[in-house]
Amino acid sequence: MKMALSQASFYFVLLCIWQAIAQAKIWPPYLFPTPLGVWDSLRAGFTDHTFWMGIGVSMKRMVLGYGLSAILGIALGMLLATNKFWEDTLGRLVVSLQSLPSLCWLPLAILWFGLNEKAILFVVVMGSLLSVTISTETGLKSVPRIYSMAGRNLGARGLGLFFHVLLPASLPHLASGLKQGWAFAWRSLISGEMIFVTLGLGQLLMMGRDLNDINQVVAVMVLIVVIGFLTDALFFRLIEASIQRKWGLKPAS
Amino acid sequence: MNTPIFSASFRAIHESLGGLHSPPQSSPGSHGLPVDLEIYGLRKSNPAPEVKIQLDGVHRDFHQPQNGCVQALIDINLDIRSGEFVCIVGPSGCGKSTLLHLMAGLDQPTRGEIRIDGRRVEGPGPDRILIFQDLGLFPWLTVRQNVEFGLRMKRTSRRDAHSCARHYLKLVHLSHFENYYIHQLSGGMRQRVALARSLAIQPDVLLMDEPFAALDAQTRDLLHDELERIWSETAQTIIFVTHNVREAARLGDRVVVLTFRPGRIKSQFPVPLSRPRHMEHTNVAMVASQVMEELREEIQKSVRMEYGNENGA
Repeated sequence: MKMALSQASFYFVLLCIWQAIAQAKIWPPYLFPTPLGVWDSLRAGFTDHTFWMGIGVSMKRMVLGYGLSAILGIALGMLLATNKFWEDTLGRLVVSLQSLPSLCWLPLAILWFGLNEKAILFVVVMGSLLSVTISTETGLKSVPRIYSMAGRNLGARGLGLFFHVLLPASLPHLASGLKQGWAFAWRSLISGEMIFVTLGLGQLLMMGRDLNDINQVVAVMVLIVVIGFLTDALFFRLIEASIQRKWGLKPAS
Repeated sequence: MNTPIFSASFRAIHESLGGLHSPPQSSPGSHGLPVDLEIYGLRKSNPAPEVKIQLDGVHRDFHQPQNGCVQALIDINLDIRSGEFVCIVGPSGCGKSTLLHLMAGLDQPTRGEIRIDGRRVEGPGPDRILIFQDLGLFPWLTVRQNVEFGLRMKRTSRRDAHSCARHYLKLVHLSHFENYYIHQLSGGMRQRVALARSLAIQPDVLLMDEPFAALDAQTRDLLHDELERIWSETAQTIIFVTHNVREAARLGDRVVVLTFRPGRIKSQFPVPLSRPRHMEHTNVAMVASQVMEELREEIQKSVRMEYGNENGA
């Protein structure tokens, strides 16, 4: 409660300062937006459904791309954690590839798939796959040996041991990897959408620039931040909280 | 098989039976009486039906990059009867835990073999269960789900696993905590969850690795009573490793003393005391002091070794 109050007052003061700077007219209004202008732009965007459509298109891509990279990433992480050969070869490659910004995959994707849905999905997958892979691998490797011994001792074998012991035991790592993967996927998606015309939120952002409408630019930026925050708060925070409650871990903050 | 000497004094028992199960080639500290050979030979050719576990010339070497080959266990020969409660004592680093891991099938002997009901142990099996020193309870499962785990792995139906878990949680007096997570329990409660989890798969053999070492004295006493009660109800064979001599004398039908590095059987003591026993009973203390006498030399060896390492010798 106390936290909510301090957060509310923080944003209120921030908005006041923003409004004050705008009213001082240091910069012309087409360069510096006002809070009210952004608000109007948001309202207009939602009433004529362009924002809803943008969110819909972007979220559909996220669900597909992120879902794919979560499944592939966990599978790949399993492979790297259990096989020495793949760890030494593919594992190293995965780590070095992570230094490549995901947007760098876009030219390749466009050449391969053309300017379409597949190209943008490819970028989203490449953006989050590696971090999911790495966190799955570290998660599985850091499972204390006692759990797998206890599991074997109680009759778990092979896949049973994997799904009932190793995977749940690496869940704290895995959850933070999946969360990070979501954030990476979201960034890759928006950047990808900005580069070529595909509807979506990134496209709306670029449209704002093309129309020289700074209010729309800021409105879409706010939208991107809010959606990122909400998925984190409504989905990943809940998962983390459940893990912390079961394992008796202290919240990170 | 030890009945004839039950009435004798402890000192006499010690002297006459000290090396009953020792190997024929006398290892340091073993009492190489001729009778040993005979019994040993007999057992080898014709295993008595009531023998549950046989350790037959078990060796275990570990290869370490810095020390080369380290012998953890040398020529362990031991027969354990069905329903017997055997305590294994020894200084730290004598290979007690290794021995349990071998019996559990989580590790393989370098030489020799372990047989349970005459069948060679080649891996973990549902007939025996090891309770680890660190327990290895699963933090992502509730108390009841932990107890159900082994049953679910055996593909017991959800309902049967449920009622079975309830039964064993009741046995260890944890019925009210079935929906708790592990971190919400005290050390003694965790021990009892581990016990219930192991009992639930109804093993014939319970292998326990210093399970009560980290507990305070009062909790430990309570758990001794509970373990003794459960054992008398289930008629399981228990092999209990500890470094606490008093605990061994309190619980065991027989106490086996291992030597310090490499671990071999130094001597064995039957404990012909009536049950229920108590930690504070004078006759428990008497047995304990005899075991201690045997063990002291080994403990000194282990302490010297550690001092030596400290001084960079």
